[in-house]
Amino acid sequence: MQVKRFFEKLIEGFLLISGSITSITILLIVIFLFKEASGLFTTPVVEEGYVLAFNKENPIKHLNAYQIKQIFDSEISNWNEVGGKDMPIEVVRLSDLTNYYTEEELGAEFEHIPAKASELTAKTPGIVLFLPKQYVAKKFDGILLDHETIRPGDFFGGKEWYPTSTPSAQFGLLPLILGTFWVSLGAILLALPFGLAVAVYLAEIASMRVRNVLKPLIELLAGIPSVVYGFFGLVVIVPFLQQTFGLPVGETALAGSIILAIMALPTIITVAEDSMRTVPRAMKEASLALGATHWQTIYKVIVPYAKSGIMSAAVLGIGRAIGETMAVLMVTGNAAVIPHTLLEPVRTIPATIAAELGEAPVGSGHYQALFALGAILFLITMIISISVELISKKKYAK
Amino acid sequence: MQSKRISQAIAFTLFKLMSYAVIVILVLILGFIISRGIGVINWEFLTAAPEEGMTKGGIFPAIVGTFYLIIGSSLFSFPIGIMSGIYMNEYATDNKLASFIRIMTNNLSGVPSVVFGLFGMALFVNTLGFGDSILAGSLTLGLLSLPLVIRTTEESLKAIDNSFREGSLALGATKLQTIQKVVLPMAFPNIITGLILSIGRVSGETAPILFTVAAYFLPKLPNSIFDQVMALPYHLYVISTSGTDIESSRAMAYGTAFVLISIILIINILASVLRNYFAKKVKMN
Repeated sequence: MQVKRFFEKLIEGFLLISGSITSITILLIVIFLFKEASGLFTTPVVEEGYVLAFNKENPIKHLNAYQIKQIFDSEISNWNEVGGKDMPIEVVRLSDLTNYYTEEELGAEFEHIPAKASELTAKTPGIVLFLPKQYVAKKFDGILLDHETIRPGDFFGGKEWYPTSTPSAQFGLLPLILGTFWVSLGAILLALPFGLAVAVYLAEIASMRVRNVLKPLIELLAGIPSVVYGFFGLVVIVPFLQQTFGLPVGETALAGSIILAIMALPTIITVAEDSMRTVPRAMKEASLALGATHWQTIYKVIVPYAKSGIMSAAVLGIGRAIGETMAVLMVTGNAAVIPHTLLEPVRTIPATIAAELGEAPVGSGHYQALFALGAILFLITMIISISVELISKKKYAK
Repeated sequence: MQSKRISQAIAFTLFKLMSYAVIVILVLILGFIISRGIGVINWEFLTAAPEEGMTKGGIFPAIVGTFYLIIGSSLFSFPIGIMSGIYMNEYATDNKLASFIRIMTNNLSGVPSVVFGLFGMALFVNTLGFGDSILAGSLTLGLLSLPLVIRTTEESLKAIDNSFREGSLALGATKLQTIQKVVLPMAFPNIITGLILSIGRVSGETAPILFTVAAYFLPKLPNSIFDQVMALPYHLYVISTSGTDIESSRAMAYGTAFVLISIILIINILASVLRNYFAKKVKMN
């Protein structure tokens, strides 16, 4: 008897452990994502193994990633634009040293580069020199910018995403978050009217027989893999949009929205329909007894009563759209620029992770930036889960 | 009076049309892929490895890879999912812990698949050192399908009337015996149906396997759980977007999409047949 009791307790313990796996997973996801993501803000703004050097007289102490990029792209040509003196910027890369010195002066094995680089920096007031660390002389005559790290502002407020540009990789979140926003917004605007119409039809209008046919078909729609949706979008919707709107490329935000709308439909339909079915029969019958038509009952009684469920449906649909990866990756064109219309290529957060993680060396700034994107995505979906929880709780309290 | 009826007629017709439009979309997608893909299918396509930069040959390694991933992830998610479903419904029905676990499970099911991919790469591939392998991919996919398995189990158990449990307990059976001999056998059909559907989910996922297991081109079959494999959804993705010759590998892409869709269709049909079969059996008893 004792043994049996012990055995029962043991099994219960096992079951409890299994039950806690999901919570542990969430915890681990948080730890791993945020650990890697926080590494981004200790990554140097200048490419690994390189430094930027200035003249001693130059008052500039800090440059952020975007400023460095603009300087090297010649979009900024005067130090006063980045808070320095009124003085033209002279950009010098390692390969440019031959413009200032002959090959003999640099040495056959380039052994004189450190000395010459130091000399050039000392005598050129407006210089910014991009130099590998190995060529920095021991007594370098100038200021080195080598401890500057990527700041949260560079990431959260950055307008450009060029993770492999040199000398300073650009990890700007804005184009990606706006891309995600536009694609998801388009998707939900397309999906919501259809989803609610189908939910009303299934919950109130359709006969049992029709419903028994439609319901499995809609579940099937949810079962189709996202990569198949993406493929369909690529070979059907993308060319169609290109022709219809006369676009240079058909891979646009709109293509993503259309595909995502189809993918979000089953979620919206199921959740909204379930909530409409919970409306008490008495309420419906009271409305009908007062002489309201079935349609009036639907939009005056059933829809308002099921409001929180419909809200949940919309929120879950948005969640589905925001997190969707493969289909979006295949049809939106993946241009990391801030979109102005739905007919431009965009790049979403999940698509960026999927497209670039394979190329990002483990532990690099790029790798960490992708984990930071993952962390943001995770936070967004957490917010969505929690708000759905709150919406349904509110209904329960009522 | 008349206008009331007219507006109802208009609204209902509109809703009906929109509902059928959704079905038309489904039929269009399935019909398009089936009609384009079925011509590609032949014995060679199903049993040979890809050749000549994915423009010829078949997809056998990808089919095998997907099969391994289904097995591997099921070995992980089925036992744990069922056990935690049992715990939540039978042992911890009303306490704080259960509601915490339930919220966490819901949250996990809302996590995007690409985040699972990131997590799987960080934990299984890099930290635990499994490398890109069947093991890492299966565990990642297993975690992804876990909430689905838990929820199905829990719902199947919930559907069983309490009088059965009470009857068993009254006869002197312990709680464990009741679960084992009464509750589980009754819930079994629904649980199985849920498990089959979760296999459908796993077989189509791409983002979680991108960085944990999937190989671009690997004609030989894996020898151990630490090998990489090709997988159907990933194969479809690469040959339709980044193959060496996208135009001439289109046919292969249609074929792959067709195979993938067929697996999903078979799984869905199987699940609903089982559901109906068991439902009839219950009615007869």
